[in-house]
Amino acid sequence: MSEQKLQSQTVQTTGHAWDGDLQEYNNPLPVWWVYTFYATFIFAIVYWVIYPSWPFGKGWIGGLSDISYVNSAGETKTHSWNTRALYLEDMNQAAAAQKPYFDKVQSMSYEQISRDPEITAFILSSGKALFADNCAACHQSGGQGVVGFFPNLTDDDWLYGGSYEKIHQTLVGGRRGYMPSFSEVLSAEQIGDLANYVAGLSGIPHDAAKAKAGDVLFHSETAACYYCHGADAKGRKEMGAPNLTDGIWLWAGVAAAPSSEGKVAAIRNVISTGLAKGVMPAWGGRLSPEQIKVLTVYVHDLGGGL
Amino acid sequence: MQTGLEDQLGLYQKRIPIFTRSVKGNFRRFKTAVLVMAYAIFFLLPWLPWSRLDAPSQAVLFDVLGRRFLIFGLTVYPQDVIWLALLLFIAAILLFFVTGLVGRAFCGYFCFQTLWTDFYIWIESKIQGERPARVRLFRQPWNREKLLKIGGTHALWILASFWTGLTFAAYFAYAPQLLVNFFTGQAAAAAYITVTVLTLATYAAAGLMREQICTYICPYGRFQSVMYEPETLAVHYDAQRGEGTHGRASVRSGRGIVVERRSRERAEATVAQERRRINRNSGERALAERHEQGLGDCIDCGLCVQVCPVGIDIREGLQYKCISCGLCIDACNTIMDSFNFPRGLIRYDSEKNLASATPSAPKLAWKRLKIIGYGVALVLMSAYLVYSIGTRGSFDRAVNQIRQPLYVVLSNGDIRNRYQIRITNKAAEDQVYVISVRGIPEAALDVGHFREITIKPGHSGLVQASVRLSPELATQTKHFELLITPKGKPAEARAEKIRFDTPGLRP
Repeated sequence: MSEQKLQSQTVQTTGHAWDGDLQEYNNPLPVWWVYTFYATFIFAIVYWVIYPSWPFGKGWIGGLSDISYVNSAGETKTHSWNTRALYLEDMNQAAAAQKPYFDKVQSMSYEQISRDPEITAFILSSGKALFADNCAACHQSGGQGVVGFFPNLTDDDWLYGGSYEKIHQTLVGGRRGYMPSFSEVLSAEQIGDLANYVAGLSGIPHDAAKAKAGDVLFHSETAACYYCHGADAKGRKEMGAPNLTDGIWLWAGVAAAPSSEGKVAAIRNVISTGLAKGVMPAWGGRLSPEQIKVLTVYVHDLGGGL
Repeated sequence: MQTGLEDQLGLYQKRIPIFTRSVKGNFRRFKTAVLVMAYAIFFLLPWLPWSRLDAPSQAVLFDVLGRRFLIFGLTVYPQDVIWLALLLFIAAILLFFVTGLVGRAFCGYFCFQTLWTDFYIWIESKIQGERPARVRLFRQPWNREKLLKIGGTHALWILASFWTGLTFAAYFAYAPQLLVNFFTGQAAAAAYITVTVLTLATYAAAGLMREQICTYICPYGRFQSVMYEPETLAVHYDAQRGEGTHGRASVRSGRGIVVERRSRERAEATVAQERRRINRNSGERALAERHEQGLGDCIDCGLCVQVCPVGIDIREGLQYKCISCGLCIDACNTIMDSFNFPRGLIRYDSEKNLASATPSAPKLAWKRLKIIGYGVALVLMSAYLVYSIGTRGSFDRAVNQIRQPLYVVLSNGDIRNRYQIRITNKAAEDQVYVISVRGIPEAALDVGHFREITIKPGHSGLVQASVRLSPELATQTKHFELLITPKGKPAEARAEKIRFDTPGLRP
């Protein structure tokens, strides 16, 4: 029985014969496969009709359905269905859902915002995204900055002031920090005296005799450090001159230096070469007023103060 | 002899229609009671009102969009998913426990497939009549009567299926509103899809497929078989007693009253006649006579087969198709009673007891390691679930340290760590939460204006907190406690142990 069965299952030939006995096997495709193949033709034709497909004249055949959305300017846009329009529809819908919150932020004072749990929660989450998109490239994802390059926003030392208004001003207009180079004005010895004096202001071990000379120099017209840093060396926020008496160092690599000599050398280096890299770009034209307000509150929450 | 390929059984077996005879007895009464109670709960529960401040006044409402389950006075949030896990675990263990003791009791009495099938058979018998009438109707050619009766049955089935689907949907939306919206075409698309799918599924499962669901589709029925032990009680035919040495026989000298082959009236007349004859003698005497001839107690009336909803003959032994509904026990007891024979030819018994030379009275054998193990797990898990629900907090909290940066040194050398506190109000009304610290000076904590924060029910509040410690204190402080207290409910205060990072601890 089984042999018979096997024989009946052997492959048929097409019936053609060449060179006497050269034959061709006939292995037709399975029927289900063939019909599935035909079905894909029908599917394709249906697809052409429903979705945008063929180029036609200057445009293309648009398909059956349309997408319309209201954009940020309040205009209703309608396109034939395509994935780009679908994306724009999604984005505009999301923006429309956020709008009431942004409007509310814009209408409230900073004091009101700081007392409203719902808006504060909104700012913590939307501000995080805005900060990551626009600020984190320099100030890092948590706002911790990079010593020698970008200020730390989470501490309580604010070069230009840490109040809501000052942060807002910084965001809108940007900042340009500058300190002149003293290498041509002062001798190396004088710069060393100044560095020892400045190190002493924040309790770093130093040479007291040199520091005494540095003190005189600091308040003299020769170096005129006090013009910007103030007679008490606590800095002047209106010009972005840092407080030299606290433990926070942005430009000089004091924290990283292992020895007290190294710390003094780091300070000396800054005095000698000066600074021209403290540039914060202006965001006034790039972000909307609501976004800047959200970022103001977010940055203030990071470590804002006075 | 070799069997060829063409002799193979087909993979598809056409359904053989089953027409069950109705029966009276203890198991039938129990099944009916379970059915009525289960239906009352399922169909009426969505309509039970329950006043709430901030949610629809429905006692049981699974508010999917609001991400909460309202169950009487309890509001369950997605965070409580552990309860669902526990509930599923308890259900599984309960199934194992009961199956080990009394076999597939769930299948026979509580499974919704069995309940709905039972109800649909009841509808069928009310419209088309008792079993012989249904068989006759099935065999007769299509005419007006058949069309009306069969059509009416299916129409009622579909109606019952539809109401089942709608009731299910009513657990997920405010029921009175859903009902209005559903029929005015304003309900959500999900409601229409759910109701349609459930209507079709119920109609197919309880009306058309019935025992096929249990036999071919349901995995539970199959895997319950492996939980049987020799001591497990199950519906058994006592073959020793029923078959004797010469096998079963009808009461009359001629063999096999096959009631099925006769019209109902004739069968009943025969049974009644026998009953009169036997009653003249006593049941014992009739039995003694039979035993002398080597006959068993089974009179082969076939009633146990006719009442079986899955269409098996229990006398062939325990089978995987048996859902252990006990109806054959009722049927057999009815017959035994009518002959004054002792009851229990078909009964709940264990394989071990039946196989023994002198079977004792069947008893629940629970003193087994597996049963006791399941029992202990069941009690522990249930107790834990009750405890967990009973001592649930009225709020959820999560305190995450901000790790970017872990700490910051301030201008005067103080160390500051920052934390994000999320409080979720699970109570039914607005609640004020007070945030405080333990283990460090209260002044070290800064939460802006949110030392007291008001949160709406079901909502979360996000608070940015910073803790500032002097360098000396910071080096001593590795941890402190953050306390969240619902205002006015000091007993519900919860403390979180919080880590404080300092530069000295840097690895």
